[in-house]
Amino acid sequence: MSSSIKDLEKKKKILKIIGKILLGIFIIAEIYPIMWLILSAFKAPNEFYTSSAFALPKGFYIQNFIDAWTKGRMNIYFTNSVIATFVALFITIAVAAPASFAIAKMKWKLSKTTLTYFLLGIMVPVSVALTPLFIMYKQAGFLNSLWSLIITYSAFGLPMAIYIFTTNFYSIPDDLIEAAVVDGCSIYQVFYKVILPLMKNTILTVVTLQFLLSWNDLIFSMTFNSKVELKTIQTGLVMFTGQYGQMEWGPIFASIAMGTLPTIALYLGLNKMVMEGMTAGAVKG
Amino acid sequence: MKGIVNNKKAIMVFTLPALILYTVIVFVPIVWSLIYSFYEGIPGLGIDFVGLNNYFKLFKDPNFIKSVVLNLKYVAVVVTGQITIGMLISFLYAFSLTNYATLIRTIIFFPVVLPTVATSQLFAKIFQITPHLGLLNEFFHKISMENLVVGWLGDPKLAFWAICIMDIWKAIGLYALLFYGAIINIPKDVLEAAEIDGARGYKLITKIVLPLIKPMTITCLVLSLTGTLKVFDSVVALTNGGPGNTTQMTSMYMYNTTFVNGEFGYGTTMAIFILFECLVAMFVLNRFSKDK
Repeated sequence: MSSSIKDLEKKKKILKIIGKILLGIFIIAEIYPIMWLILSAFKAPNEFYTSSAFALPKGFYIQNFIDAWTKGRMNIYFTNSVIATFVALFITIAVAAPASFAIAKMKWKLSKTTLTYFLLGIMVPVSVALTPLFIMYKQAGFLNSLWSLIITYSAFGLPMAIYIFTTNFYSIPDDLIEAAVVDGCSIYQVFYKVILPLMKNTILTVVTLQFLLSWNDLIFSMTFNSKVELKTIQTGLVMFTGQYGQMEWGPIFASIAMGTLPTIALYLGLNKMVMEGMTAGAVKG
Repeated sequence: MKGIVNNKKAIMVFTLPALILYTVIVFVPIVWSLIYSFYEGIPGLGIDFVGLNNYFKLFKDPNFIKSVVLNLKYVAVVVTGQITIGMLISFLYAFSLTNYATLIRTIIFFPVVLPTVATSQLFAKIFQITPHLGLLNEFFHKISMENLVVGWLGDPKLAFWAICIMDIWKAIGLYALLFYGAIINIPKDVLEAAEIDGARGYKLITKIVLPLIKPMTITCLVLSLTGTLKVFDSVVALTNGGPGNTTQMTSMYMYNTTFVNGEFGYGTTMAIFILFECLVAMFVLNRFSKDK
């Protein structure tokens, strides 16, 4: 009897060790390519020829970044991405937060229906709306302007933003609103001065999701803007690698690194929000 | 109080901007797409009503059928990979991870947030053979398996697998976290009772854990299926459908038909087909989740 328990303990221990080894392999497999990207961005041109792909860079060859920024036109793409992403971010939050407040906390007949109507948008593949949007923007003269992207990103971010905002607004006690009203607040003041300041974490979660949606977008950007001066990071990267990235690895790695840097920074700073937001979103979608 | 939360004007002020933006940019285009699949021609130059012709054309178009078949093959491989590996990692999180748990989950989640295009460019370099060996070929070279040092993206079959590997790599952190969330929600006493009853290891997982996380499995399957059915970015950015058009999948064919060939009505019909595929997948999985 006691020996069989001992065997079991031993088996458990071995399983635990195997589990840890497996986990170690997964960690390396998931993180090493990203580190390789960052490290390779600092390699001088001759290092790609003389040493193995696994070798560490011999120094910090900043010229790659300068080339990517100027010759690779990353300066243009980066600026466009920043403008489109941040303006869309602002619009989504400015529009979604009050709508969610009205849906979750105010009393009207169609509030539930309105919520369902917004949430339908989570499931729709982007490609279905693509062609009509293209035609609409063409007729409105929005093609080849950052506005086409800003409007699209803010609208397509709405379903998820409203989903996250309403779930969090529902959990705010009505007493809080009542107390503010007794103190003489109007409904607008209740929203802006009492409720919104309580929502900092929710806003941050929406910010991270919306940032990823816009910053990582390829299909809208390549459809609506064909001019080089209006391309965003992702479309720029596709073009850039086609042009001369086949041969010049340093600048390519530098530009990929630049394209991912804001995402990496966001993730390092707010990984809890990002993970929470993305899993909440996934469960809904 | 009553008058204030009933304030019709305030409700309008709060909701109208979102309603207008969403209706015009998301909802109307979807409806328009449906209508548009019955037309052919270039908008602005005149379009003709063609009834169901675009739909008939779809099933007679060998390139379309090829792209759908390849897409479905990709769906089968990637969904299986994402779900099984994601689940495996979630078990490791739950049963063998003790130290630095949050840090490790954060690291494995990392690729999920990266832009697909940047990831594809990175993987293009990993799979590269000229002018320098990429990470993968260098690895095979180092362990003296020279027959595996090949141009991964130059061969139709291997290029297909390259896309699959990348998309599995990119998403497993998300699925691991989703499954992990479901596992830690299982009440501790259920697991303890099962263990006392003699359910251990493999048995514990198949008889107790798997049935209890079934709702999350369905959720993950929906997410993975709809994500892979509409795959676009990874194909465009990693292989651009090549070599030739051997790795072109449905969304990319739809894009090229619409915006390269200018067949707007026909392209829209393909988009509707993708929507239809996603709806069928969701419907079937929902039915599956209801029967006990």
